[in-house]
Amino acid sequence: MNSSIRYDNCDVAIIGAGPAGLAAAIALKKKGIERVLVLDREGEAGGIPRHCGHPPFGIVEYARVMSGPSYAKRLVKTAQQAGVDIRLQISVTNLGQNGSLSLATPAGTIDLKAKRVLIATGVRETPRAERLVSGGRVLGIATTGSLQSMVYLKNMIPFRNPIIVGTEIVSFSALLTCKKAGIKTIAMLEENKRPTVPWPIHHSTRLLGVPLLLNTQIINIIGSKRVEAVQILDRRQKIREIICDGIIFSGKFTPESTLIRMSHLSIDPETNSPIIDNFGRCSDPAYYAAGNLLQPLNMAVNCWREGRKTADWIAKDLNDAP
Amino acid sequence: MTNKNHTTNQLNINQAIKNNLIASADVAVIGGGVVGCAVARRMTLEGASVVLIEKASDILNGASKGNSAILHTGFDAPEGSLEQQCVSTGYAEYLKIHKSFNLPIVKIGALIAAWSEEEESRFDKILKKARENGVRNLRLISQTEARALEPNLSEKIRSAIAVPGEFIIDPWSAPLAYLQQALNNGGQALFNAEVTSGQFDGANWLLDTKLGQVRAHYVVNCAGLFGDYLDREVLGASEFTIKPRKGQFVVFDKAANNLLKSIILPVPSERTKGIVLFPTIFGNLVVGPTAEEQESRNDASVDKAILISLKEQAIQKLPALANIPITATYAGIRPATEEKHYRVIQKADQNWITLGGIRSTGLTGALGLAQHVHYLLSKQGAAFKAIENPISSQVPNLAEHLPRDYEKSGYGEIVCHCEMVTQREILAVQEGLLPAGSLEGLKRRTRATMGRCQGFYCSARLAELTKGQFANPIAIGDVDE
Repeated sequence: MNSSIRYDNCDVAIIGAGPAGLAAAIALKKKGIERVLVLDREGEAGGIPRHCGHPPFGIVEYARVMSGPSYAKRLVKTAQQAGVDIRLQISVTNLGQNGSLSLATPAGTIDLKAKRVLIATGVRETPRAERLVSGGRVLGIATTGSLQSMVYLKNMIPFRNPIIVGTEIVSFSALLTCKKAGIKTIAMLEENKRPTVPWPIHHSTRLLGVPLLLNTQIINIIGSKRVEAVQILDRRQKIREIICDGIIFSGKFTPESTLIRMSHLSIDPETNSPIIDNFGRCSDPAYYAAGNLLQPLNMAVNCWREGRKTADWIAKDLNDAP
Repeated sequence: MTNKNHTTNQLNINQAIKNNLIASADVAVIGGGVVGCAVARRMTLEGASVVLIEKASDILNGASKGNSAILHTGFDAPEGSLEQQCVSTGYAEYLKIHKSFNLPIVKIGALIAAWSEEEESRFDKILKKARENGVRNLRLISQTEARALEPNLSEKIRSAIAVPGEFIIDPWSAPLAYLQQALNNGGQALFNAEVTSGQFDGANWLLDTKLGQVRAHYVVNCAGLFGDYLDREVLGASEFTIKPRKGQFVVFDKAANNLLKSIILPVPSERTKGIVLFPTIFGNLVVGPTAEEQESRNDASVDKAILISLKEQAIQKLPALANIPITATYAGIRPATEEKHYRVIQKADQNWITLGGIRSTGLTGALGLAQHVHYLLSKQGAAFKAIENPISSQVPNLAEHLPRDYEKSGYGEIVCHCEMVTQREILAVQEGLLPAGSLEGLKRRTRATMGRCQGFYCSARLAELTKGQFANPIAIGDVDE
């Protein structure tokens, strides 16, 4: 990996090595921007697709159907070939005025000064606590993200008979992950009258033999150490108990924007995303934002497109600067 | 202290079961909550051999797991009560010892905020009580001054009393430090060792636990939510009955922390102490607790309707919270009794002391209660020679305002990104004197998974790092292909 860029001397620092960040980095290099640094807090670059072990990824970007992990690998390779400097296990701890970043690295804390910063920190699912779900605070409660990183990255399982809350695309991704890992999903719950995903995806529940309970809410989590059952309010407004040993709270994506909230940058309190102008620029013009951070949850390809588009604006901005 | 001592402290269970007598000490402390840990420390320092007996796999598994993390001055404790005395001496001792344990404190002070005329009318009584309790620096402040101090509070605030001595501390590292010091100086701790019965022969107790028998000259019942059960099981009767009182809390994201400079206390009514808004030492902002009577002593579940109402009450007082995400919710259970005060009962003829009904002031009162236990035992003739140069016991810092582990190089990797918990911190805890026996215990010792994503990123890595260490593991098995 090219490690020639010094921390005090960087044209564009990109926070987040997911599809938006990497696509922007590649595009910036192609536009002739010299020193492009991508920072990621994880030990591996590629972002969320790394643990989406199923297609379709890469149709637009690479003209073929790929799984999440192969897509992530390919994107990282393209970036490296373009001369992007990717640095891992680096956590940005503060966004300062005019692109001054504070970083925590295993080798110590570092200050980074970049001419422009692109924030591409993505999204996370809304966990149980933020959904204010009643009941015991016990083991066996996951999000799709935590389930998938456990299954795909560590080869472990947190439960054997969970229910899935939500019917977004990611909920079906959770369903497939369970199937692959030998976990038997007991039911899928959707509080609305219809599933969030369009036909025909939700028919996959029927194929997998998993009941899809519409107009149904989870109202209580029962268990002393681990999940033992959930109480639901079903479509007839009746309270029922479902025996299960886990719950996957899937979807309800929310921007990973605390870094922005804690900084001088303006944030939209409704969406939790940074406020940007028509060029993806934040309230401090040294900062840009792109990807899922702005519009949860777009498919990887949309993040990739937006990263490229924002890179154009950043390149133009840098070239126009005196 | 090294790991080797840890194994001797924890005793070899197989051997123990063979002999059945697994420990013998001057003082047996039953219960590993904040009170039990403080008593174990105090009596060890006073020169007694001490064994702490805990029924769970880790300390702080009952009432001490959820509280408001405030070091109280005791300004509002019942005048002349034992509670007032213990809070006051506990407060003073905490201020004296916290540095030697590396325990953090932020001296932020509190405002008792009045939101109505009726509440303001009770200020005189509060000021009078505080004076009687020896807390003399309370000060009435006007609406203008209150709003200048806390500009983010709703303009509906009418006036306030400033209580400069109320501070925030780390509620889980403190008891851990107390027990570690006891262990460092020769004490023992037994886990998964519920006490089921006991016999007193006029000089010594022989306690039956689920691990085997423990012999002790004196017994201190610090069993918290089960204090009355224990007295009934062993002594045959209890002078009080625990009336569990649940308190639910809502934790707001770190972005809320700078909205308040001080703890915002309510004006207590006859019925309840009311709901507090407080910044935590970990950089969050919390609202709570509720006060709900319930039958169960274990059920610390949360309730959606109540959480929503807590959130709304918080927003009324601090409108900017409307835009701050919620990080976590939790509940604690206070061991209240049919009466308001601490139920400290000494049975001198049976060498038995019960510390019961330690409700909301236990975190501060624990060190004072521990001193009181020593006083009670001395009074009945126990003579120990205090350890001359006790070994101290440092705990890792988890407070946000002090340097954290990730700021020093060589931490390996950051495992929990929301709370910035490093691999080095987790390994140090698990290889230490009192390793966590559960994910909850690890959370309390490191803050891993306590942040806004609640384990979205780190639970897989944590499952891997703690494999084989918890009776209730994060992952229950491997992927079957």
